Amino acid sequence: MIHSLFLINCSGDIFLEKHWKSVVSQSVCDYFFEAQEKAADVENVPPVISTPHHYLISIYRDKLFFVSVIQTEVPPLFVIEFLHRVADTFQVGSSNVGDTLPTGQLSNIPWRRAGVKYTNNEAYFDVVEEIDAIIDKSGSTVFAEIQGVIDACIKLSGMPDLSLSFMNPRLLDDVSFHPCIRFKRWESERVLSFIPPDGNFRLISYRVSSQNLVAIPVYVKHNISFKENSSCGRFDITIGPKQNMGKTIEGITVTVHMPKVVLNMNLTPTQGSYTFDPVTKVLTWDVGKITPQKLPSLKGLVNLQSGAPKPEENPSLNIQFKIQQLAISGLKVNRLDMYGEKYKPFKGVKYVTKAGKFQVRT
Amino acid sequence: PTAPMSAAPAYGEDKGGSAGPGEPEYGHDPASGGIFSSDYKRHDDLKEMLDTNKDSLKLEAMKRIVAMIARGKNASDLFPAVVKNVACKNIEVKKLVYVYLVRYAEEQQDLALLSISTFQRGLKDPNQLIRASALRVLSSIRVPIIVPIMMLAIKEAASDMSPYVRKTAAHAIPKLYSLDSDQKDQLIEVIEKLLADKTTLVAGSVVMAFEEVCPERIDLIHKNYRKLCNLLIDVEEWGQVVIISMLTRYARTQFLSPTQNESLLEENPEKAFYGSEEDEAKGAGSEEAAASTLPARKPYVMDPDHRLLLRNTKPLLQSRSAAVVMAVAQLYFHLAPKAEVGVIAKALVRLLRSHSEVQYVVLQNVATMSIKRRGMFEPYLKSFYIRSTDPTQIKILKLEVLTNLANETNIPTVLREFQTYIRSMDKDFVAATIQAIGRCATNIGRVRDTCLNGLVQLLSNRDELVVAESVVVIKKLLQMQPAQHGEIIKHLAKLTDNIQVPMARASILWLIGEYCEHVPRIAPDVLRKMAKSFTAEEDIVKLQIINLAAKLYLTNSKQTKLLTQYVLSLAKYDQNYDIRDRARFTRQLIVPSEQGGALSRHAKKLFLAPKPAPVLESSFKDRDHFQLGSLSHLLNAKATGYQELPDWPEEAPDPSVRNVEVPEWTKCSNREKRKEKEKPFYSDSEGESGPTESADSDPESESESGSKSSSDSGSEESSSESDNEDEDEDEEKGRGSESEQSEEEGEKRKTKKRKKVPEGQGEGSSSDEGSDSSSGSSESEVTSESEEEQVEPAARRRKTPPSSKSAPAAKEISLLDLEDFTAPSVQPVSPPTVVSSSLAADLEGLTLTDSALVPSLLSPVSSVGRQELLHRVAGEGLAVDYAFSRQPFSGDPHMVSVHIYFSNNSDNPIKGLRVGTPKLPAGISIQEFPEIESLAPGESATAVMGINFCDSTQAANFQLCTQNRQFYVSIQPPVGELMAPVFMSENEFKKEQGKLMGMNEITEKLTLPDSCRSDHVVVQKVTATANLGRVPCGTANEYRFAGRTLTSGSLVLLTLDARPAGAAQLTVNSEKMVIGTMLVKDVTQALTQ
Repeated sequence: MIHSLFLINCSGDIFLEKHWKSVVSQSVCDYFFEAQEKAADVENVPPVISTPHHYLISIYRDKLFFVSVIQTEVPPLFVIEFLHRVADTFQVGSSNVGDTLPTGQLSNIPWRRAGVKYTNNEAYFDVVEEIDAIIDKSGSTVFAEIQGVIDACIKLSGMPDLSLSFMNPRLLDDVSFHPCIRFKRWESERVLSFIPPDGNFRLISYRVSSQNLVAIPVYVKHNISFKENSSCGRFDITIGPKQNMGKTIEGITVTVHMPKVVLNMNLTPTQGSYTFDPVTKVLTWDVGKITPQKLPSLKGLVNLQSGAPKPEENPSLNIQFKIQQLAISGLKVNRLDMYGEKYKPFKGVKYVTKAGKFQVRT
Repeated sequence: PTAPMSAAPAYGEDKGGSAGPGEPEYGHDPASGGIFSSDYKRHDDLKEMLDTNKDSLKLEAMKRIVAMIARGKNASDLFPAVVKNVACKNIEVKKLVYVYLVRYAEEQQDLALLSISTFQRGLKDPNQLIRASALRVLSSIRVPIIVPIMMLAIKEAASDMSPYVRKTAAHAIPKLYSLDSDQKDQLIEVIEKLLADKTTLVAGSVVMAFEEVCPERIDLIHKNYRKLCNLLIDVEEWGQVVIISMLTRYARTQFLSPTQNESLLEENPEKAFYGSEEDEAKGAGSEEAAASTLPARKPYVMDPDHRLLLRNTKPLLQSRSAAVVMAVAQLYFHLAPKAEVGVIAKALVRLLRSHSEVQYVVLQNVATMSIKRRGMFEPYLKSFYIRSTDPTQIKILKLEVLTNLANETNIPTVLREFQTYIRSMDKDFVAATIQAIGRCATNIGRVRDTCLNGLVQLLSNRDELVVAESVVVIKKLLQMQPAQHGEIIKHLAKLTDNIQVPMARASILWLIGEYCEHVPRIAPDVLRKMAKSFTAEEDIVKLQIINLAAKLYLTNSKQTKLLTQYVLSLAKYDQNYDIRDRARFTRQLIVPSEQGGALSRHAKKLFLAPKPAPVLESSFKDRDHFQLGSLSHLLNAKATGYQELPDWPEEAPDPSVRNVEVPEWTKCSNREKRKEKEKPFYSDSEGESGPTESADSDPESESESGSKSSSDSGSEESSSESDNEDEDEDEEKGRGSESEQSEEEGEKRKTKKRKKVPEGQGEGSSSDEGSDSSSGSSESEVTSESEEEQVEPAARRRKTPPSSKSAPAAKEISLLDLEDFTAPSVQPVSPPTVVSSSLAADLEGLTLTDSALVPSLLSPVSSVGRQELLHRVAGEGLAVDYAFSRQPFSGDPHMVSVHIYFSNNSDNPIKGLRVGTPKLPAGISIQEFPEIESLAPGESATAVMGINFCDSTQAANFQLCTQNRQFYVSIQPPVGELMAPVFMSENEFKKEQGKLMGMNEITEKLTLPDSCRSDHVVVQKVTATANLGRVPCGTANEYRFAGRTLTSGSLVLLTLDARPAGAAQLTVNSEKMVIGTMLVKDVTQALTQ
């Protein structure tokens, strides 16, 4: 299947290689570099490249390319999935892999090592929901759905057998499971029953589909205009709370990719701070939180390259925000039970809602 | 052989790779190594360290060496120094020596042989981990001389008592095969042996070996087929992918096409299998129920083994691994009956949230699937909408999918989306969008004019690439109905002055030539201009100038004779020989010569023959002849080692080949599933107990074998048990373990299936059956009403004044009139039926419950139709309807979710639609819908609001405000809408019912009319009246439903006991007595009407 693996950094150095079969020369990566040059940016390097003798399947993660060399037919997703798992192990701690690398011990449960011991036994669950949305120019929702995950941090001794139940499991429209979860129990009782891996891991991801109503916690009023035959334009956006369920919306950031002809921006925020990078043309406004008494706004002038035609498209606004202690779908954990061990663990559930791919078209 | 397969315990060689980046200090570059002046000296130092007796120094040296290897530096000269340490006692050192050996043995074969005896010793080690790693290294050393040793080692390991070692043996097989393919026959024997292995640990690896060594030996799978299907869910993810892919191919050779009899096929017979697995009692019940209604038709019957595969892979759609989900999706696409394929759509759409590489691959596959099975992705249309932040390659794939999904119904929405894309800053993407619009226009006749108008307006775009792309697409569209488009051709003709992109110029010239009689005055003038600039043009343009000249000469020689001759003379001396050639050929053809060539008389026919309009096709068309999810499919070219997906056989091969003589395994697993219901995942590891042994407790061979034999005997016992006790289960589950029995059973099953048919038909006609194709069509029927109102008149109006600038008419749809596009500020109407039917289809995928339950559990909107909230007369043109959607209201679970449908029948836009201050009875609260800023005349919109009725049927009164008016409206819920279904087993139901006796029980006797005696009708009527979920029930003719009231969460249990001859008794148990009473009344009414 995978013949060799090369790790390449942003400046094009092959700094690590691994061969599972015979050694494949580094020069095979030249095909990759060629494709990389052709692509406008790193995101557009085709993940699968065909070369005369090999196929290259690559991923891009954290400023590194993981390039694998394939010689025969294999499902591309198989390789991509594997490369991402490799990338995951490279950044242990910040991702959904266990804190400990596999020890080489064999356990009868593949995902949990034997003989785990803690003095404090704890089980924490983070219900994190992200709202993906496209809001059109007039403020109506073109598309919205909720993508949720439950991340667990479980430090329990021995072989605990947990079951987690929800107040409203029917909300979970489409779920994907960590292999530890017993599918049948979920099918029949809508209970998540599992022997957890040790440490941090992603228990489930789910989707509350667009067919349900999705509450949109913020609105943006915007007025972005460029005058014909003039070297300046107006930029004016205001953010306000919408269906925020009475919670504070915080950590708001607005990112805007301005058109190429924009030279500079001269803006005044009523709160927070903004930066504009004249090279990448990215405007970032770090807003902070919304106080309904005085809605945050960012106003001012846009300097355009003189003589260039005015941009045809207004840029989309990408919004980030965070709402603590709320799962916007209304999902609620009912209870967590533990079997198989005698001690009493500390248990905790945290909810948070964030903006996912939240885009406002202007 | 590969990393994925050995990923579980990162022992030995895997360590090397991961050690690298964390410890960059080890491998010293010659440049950076200040201490060591040359390679030679540096390695000297390492050699010294390796020669010491201190393990710590050895370890340090090995770490540095391995780091060098990882960075691609040459460390081969260290081989003698390293290989000496292969026998080192320190396990850490040993591991790293192994890593080194695997890397360099091929280069230093003679020296490598020195280490072989160490591994041979290792193969006999009592510790299974050491045995496995010795085999792994031995098989990774690519030294041809040791092939016989490897072969022997693999054979022995294949009989090892540790499944972990057997797994390693499976991994070693392809390695040996790649080293020496002459070993194939012997290796196949080992594969055959390992295929019979019963542990999940081995299954994935051996199938991998099978695929690499002997994929053509499908016959080896027969006896293991059922086992593989049953083990599948517990195999690790990488193994699952390989097995599923192999089984897809297997099924294509062994079973009949499920679509061959599509019209006769009902999806019900298959569904009968689902339930039984969950709950035997329920299964039996429904089976009996079905038996009472006998069908006569004998449709295609799916082989139970085919069904087994479909059923056992379905849960894996929920896997966290994208590769597994894709594998199941392709299996369903290639093997499942049409009606069932739909379940994969949702899972695939889920993957779109993953890494961009995953998206890339998934979208390619969705693009192919969406051509064949458009219906299944239609409900997810919006999931393919494009964000400005998507990478271009993703944007273009999404665009492809959107185009494939566009149909008569959704085209306005799709075009509105395209409208946004056209203004993107990403010009490649804009060009692709224009192509997409062209394809929509050719595929959907109704919007052709609209699209064409939009594209014509793009011709005045500032970006030349956009204009050029539009010209090319317009050219193709015009070919379909040129007569009406003289104006557009004139417009295009003018563009030749400005537009420079050769392809676009060529397209314009071709158009003018082809339709010169529509533009008789302009054409010669264009030719004149072109003749002037001829020498400066690109080759493709020159060719088209010659074409234009020839065509004009033939139709209008008076005006163009000289021009044509001039052009031809220029071309005659062109540098490009194609052009010279063309000129010569054209001249001969059109200019009558002395000899009077026979062809020139027909020149007009040749040049101006009617040409078929081009078909704008997706590049993904017919790509499904490659197995989906494969590399070959992605590249659209056969990759090395690709196994063709065979066509279905005409006649089914003998199914008995899959019968297994000794049914121990199946029985065993049955027993375990029954006895330890909580532990289905670990079913095999318990009995086999191999991997349970930890690395250190080594000399346990006796106890291992002991536990093994005990489990064997246990299963024998249980097999006799299960024969007696669980006939039902056996029939459904342990399919055909014994050969004689299975045939009988097969017969039984067939008859049962036949019996099921009429029920299936009944369900099929109801709205909520899961079939995608039918839900798709019903959906379009429903929506077309509203859409047609908008679109039809516009289209018609435009036709009457042909080819005039019909921009105002286009406003109706305002799809592409780019000048002043004001998006309708409402959400595109998505009728509730769409939601419900797709939801039904989707959820069906999730639940493996009894077929009869599925529709009722979901209880979609269909039951409660729309009701009027505000009549259009009272509303001064604003008409408002509402319906109870029965979906959980996402903001607040206590709220009833109400869909509100607005339509504006007035001539003016209605602005600022919102809920005014409600005056509500105590307890009742409302979650308002988001304000609808503007509703254009003729437009409609939907919104969803939540109302907490506080478990009462009191009406919620509120005001509906527009900018200048207020209307008082009220929504009163039927009692059945105040609850939501709950899932419950029969036992739970009985238990809860026991708690709600006496005052909490309301009973009513009734007589069911003839029309209302079939299962289906009863269930449908009850669920239509009340939002309850069906509870499995062991007794025939008894129906149970359960739900909870939304506000207080009180249980509502409904039982209907239907006796023969229509007598029936209805019982409702609930502590909310008022609700109970009202519910009894409503349900009785519904049933007896």
